[in-house]
Amino acid sequence: MRIRTLTALAFAACITGGVSLRAVGDDQSFAKIERGRYLAVAGDCSACHTVPGGKPFAGGAALETPFGALVGPNITPDVATGIGAWSEADFLRAMSEGIGKNGTRLYPAMPYPAYTKVTRDDASAIWAYLRTLEPVGNAVQSNQLLFPFNARRPATATWDLINFKPGVFEPDPAKSETWNRGAYLVEGLGHCGTCHTPKNITGGDRGDMVLQGALLQNWYAPDVTTDLRTGIGSWAVEEIVRYLKTGANSFDIASGPMAEAVENSTSHMTDADLLAIATYLKDSPPRNGPAVAALAGNDRRMVAGQAIYEDRCAACHVSSGAGAPTLFPRLAKAPLIQSDDPTSLIRVVLIGSRAGATAAAPTAPAMPAFGWNLNDAEVADVLTYIRNAWGNAAAPIQPASVATLRDRLQR
Amino acid sequence: MTRKLPATDVVIIGLGWTGSILAHELTGAGLNVVAIERGPWRDTATDFPPAFAQDELRYHIRHDLFLRPAQQTMTFRNNVNQTALPIRAWQGFMPGNGVGGGGLHWNAQTWRFNPTDFQLKTHLTQRYGSKFLPENMTIQDWGVTYDEIEPYYDKFEYLCGTSGKAGNLNGQKQAGGNPFEGPRSREYPTPPQRQPYAAVLFAQAAKELGYFPFPQPSGNLSQAYTNPLGVTLGACTFCGFCEWFGCGNYSKASPQTTILPALIRQPNFEARTNCEVVRINLDKSGKRATGVTYIDTSDQEWEQPADLVLLCAFQLFNVQLLLTSGIGKPYNPSRNEGVIGRNYSYQVTSNVDAFFDDKNFNPFISSGSIGMCIDEFNGDNFDHGPHGFVGGGYMGAVQTGGRPILTTRTPPGTPAWGAQWKKAVADNYLSSYETMVHASSYSYRDVYCDLDPTYTDRLGRKLMRITFDFHENELKMSQYLTDRLAEVVQKMGPRQIVKLPRTGPYTSTQYQTTHTCGGAVMGTDRSISAVNRYLQSWDVPNLFVMGATAFPQNAGYNPTDTVCALAYWAADAIVNQYLKNPGPLVQT
Ligand SMILES: Cc1cc2nc3c(=O)[nH]c(=O)nc-3n(C[C@H](O)[C@H](O)[C@H](O)COP(=O)(O)OP(=O)(O)OC[C@H]3O[C@@H](n4cnc5c(N)ncnc54)[C@H](O)[C@@H]3O)c2cc1C
Ligand code: SF4
Repeated sequence: MRIRTLTALAFAACITGGVSLRAVGDDQSFAKIERGRYLAVAGDCSACHTVPGGKPFAGGAALETPFGALVGPNITPDVATGIGAWSEADFLRAMSEGIGKNGTRLYPAMPYPAYTKVTRDDASAIWAYLRTLEPVGNAVQSNQLLFPFNARRPATATWDLINFKPGVFEPDPAKSETWNRGAYLVEGLGHCGTCHTPKNITGGDRGDMVLQGALLQNWYAPDVTTDLRTGIGSWAVEEIVRYLKTGANSFDIASGPMAEAVENSTSHMTDADLLAIATYLKDSPPRNGPAVAALAGNDRRMVAGQAIYEDRCAACHVSSGAGAPTLFPRLAKAPLIQSDDPTSLIRVVLIGSRAGATAAAPTAPAMPAFGWNLNDAEVADVLTYIRNAWGNAAAPIQPASVATLRDRLQR
Repeated sequence: MTRKLPATDVVIIGLGWTGSILAHELTGAGLNVVAIERGPWRDTATDFPPAFAQDELRYHIRHDLFLRPAQQTMTFRNNVNQTALPIRAWQGFMPGNGVGGGGLHWNAQTWRFNPTDFQLKTHLTQRYGSKFLPENMTIQDWGVTYDEIEPYYDKFEYLCGTSGKAGNLNGQKQAGGNPFEGPRSREYPTPPQRQPYAAVLFAQAAKELGYFPFPQPSGNLSQAYTNPLGVTLGACTFCGFCEWFGCGNYSKASPQTTILPALIRQPNFEARTNCEVVRINLDKSGKRATGVTYIDTSDQEWEQPADLVLLCAFQLFNVQLLLTSGIGKPYNPSRNEGVIGRNYSYQVTSNVDAFFDDKNFNPFISSGSIGMCIDEFNGDNFDHGPHGFVGGGYMGAVQTGGRPILTTRTPPGTPAWGAQWKKAVADNYLSSYETMVHASSYSYRDVYCDLDPTYTDRLGRKLMRITFDFHENELKMSQYLTDRLAEVVQKMGPRQIVKLPRTGPYTSTQYQTTHTCGGAVMGTDRSISAVNRYLQSWDVPNLFVMGATAFPQNAGYNPTDTVCALAYWAADAIVNQYLKNPGPLVQT
């Protein structure tokens, strides 16, 4: 296989007079490469394919799944360890069908169920860009799944049958161009659903719960539908754009995996694309979750939680839960605070968290860890309080949930 | 063996206030900057989060954020006839250590100096005649004027988001501000902090006496603020654990809350922490710095070559490094020659304590820069002719905390321990208040720094020796100012007041401020200054020395607004003059 490629390249070199090997197979159009670079950023390819601080796209960033770890492979043009031996057609097929060179089925950690919607033109531009990267020799063992999930082919073939609908994005003629661009980015290249859409037992997206929030690597990627309580229904389009552009808006500050997504991807996107994403998200149907009533203020947990809140939290988030824009997230009427799944909340109280930093909002304030001086019941009470104060309403937190996550985070 | 590192454009010694400012300005100009910092990296959420920031024992009593004298100290004596002894525990002043420097645990009282402070010698001799000044007083002009550095004051205050009320906008007096201040080009970035009860009472009393009280300019912010670098600070919560502490709420202006988040994004910036610079290296001519040598915590020595060396290690360590590196002529008081170590100065504070019967001040509601002040008795704002001294200070109700261990004010006559003491502490905690004078310290021929003949540090280098005492002029001033303050406090209606004017001799075992100044002062005459008006070394033009080191004498205000304004002023000169034509910016 390798020999054949080399021969083909050598032959190509002959006919072009040996000026440039790359000129033959690759389009050297600057505009195309530049567009590919932008699309690779918009698709946040580096999230999986670049280790922080490592060589770009040389692979190695691990994604922890319930089935074991999947590590982003090396996608630099290195022949031995990267995709230097791939053809453009191989790449396009991987993007649209989830099938790699030699016909191996890829794991859906490579979000081909979303990338299949990417136009051929765009995928080709990404390919043109990837070809310009410095080839890096870095062998990556990408499949670190546990038995039986490590037996790749048959399992993923079945998986595809259940979870994968191939096909390029089809614009909705009834909607605006901006809306369609947004839908294309959200459903396709941006692969927002990879984190934000709940999964079925096989790990595939639940089509009936698109973008309604899901758990991933001990973080809860929140509901981003227009639900008023748990989603982004109360955020104006401009606030969504600002969040994606800077990592912070009047309500919230990105942290955890979303901070990385903002730092590496959305903060580098054009305002027009961010507006498109926001327009599309704002037009999506709300989750319409079950109505939830706030706990009574005199509930034992509310009383205890409020006392802890005033002592430990109010200095920054202030007594009214209003926070301070771009510095201390707002808790009152905040979607994430009222999420069905409280994992992120418990997590940041236990071990703290640093917000993302962008050129426009470089502060990167951090939430300190309280796990060392609040016990499980105290963490549960203070969270129960903030989930049910100031007009918020959400299920109380059980000390056992805190204990479970505490244990998981220590491992 | 010393290991040599690849050269860089700029090396900065110390990453406190001035180091951070210079690093940001010079990386912004495209230079590669390496900052070398003696202490650790420090950050809000990990080092002093609200979960444990308010720990008086850890931070105040046990000096958590400060330099350990075992790593570096100096010797002290009051006069040339004494033998200096090493300072083995910080008490008189508190050198910072670690990223942020003193800027991390300062109060953030953010004062500008008065325009006449910059031409002090000229001004005072013009007004009172040269005979009016004490014979051995060595005050001098700065070589830079208030008007020249006004834009840089403004820049620092807008970096910090300083909370205050202007008293003079472009020459127009403003009600509610300090009517004696120099003209400001615009209003403070944020309004003044709200004031506690005692400060409000003080202001009322001062008004009744015909004075013009105003809120102390504060770097504890009255409201959230996003600075020109895009960095956001929150509103101060009046937690009262401010000076000596880091702020867990992102509300106190510090390098951490104003510059570092932007600076660390610069790809051409690098910081090396827990690395102590032991010397500035010179080439054979002695006229050019080639970089610095530093040691890490494993005692490994490294040489960092650089084209430009910026000394930002705080006043004391700036002078020490100049002396130990053999840069500039060391000052000799008997011959009155030399410049390094010359014109060391400090600050003269004093207090009036007031005990009330019918008041509850809730003194724990406070911040590092809270308070109402008057400036009638600062600098040359009043006629010194009848009084026989020069200098002055601001005064006000500026109690910055009511912390549990050290806030134990008791009326005179209370036993120093036991049940009666405890009762007196409890009885007076809420109903007594401390007011204060913050006054100038002028320079004298016999007050200076040099290398100690006896004591050496852990590396075998001679310790720096400080020779300092208050002079007659300062003690007279302190008495006069304390009396004026007492008149205002008396008007507040206390049961009893206690006047505590500063008395000699100076002792390094009693805290006043960490406003040590001078030792490599700026000026236009190189026989009496170590650096020119751009803080550039006369002797080694690719070395600039920042900090209060440059103050020819100290004014009656806290130094840092001026220290940082000068840092911006120097950065501007480096970027817009020096880089275009490296060499002396002022010819002699
Ligand atoms: C408790 C306290 C309260 C204060 N309150 C006020 C106030 O309210 N208002 C005001 O105007 N000023 C105040 N100050 C003074 C203020 O902190 C300083 O004026 C200011 O920080 C000086 O800035 P700088 O850059 O010169 O030094 P710093 O900010 O102290 O920075 C110097 C840095 O250099 C490092 N360093 C020293 N030697 C070496 C070496 N050999 N190698 C490497 N690194 C080295 C130090 O570790 C330090 O981090 C206060 C100081 C203290 C300690
Ligand atoms: S008094 Fe204000 S500025 Fe100072 S540490 Fe407390 S909250 Fe911060």
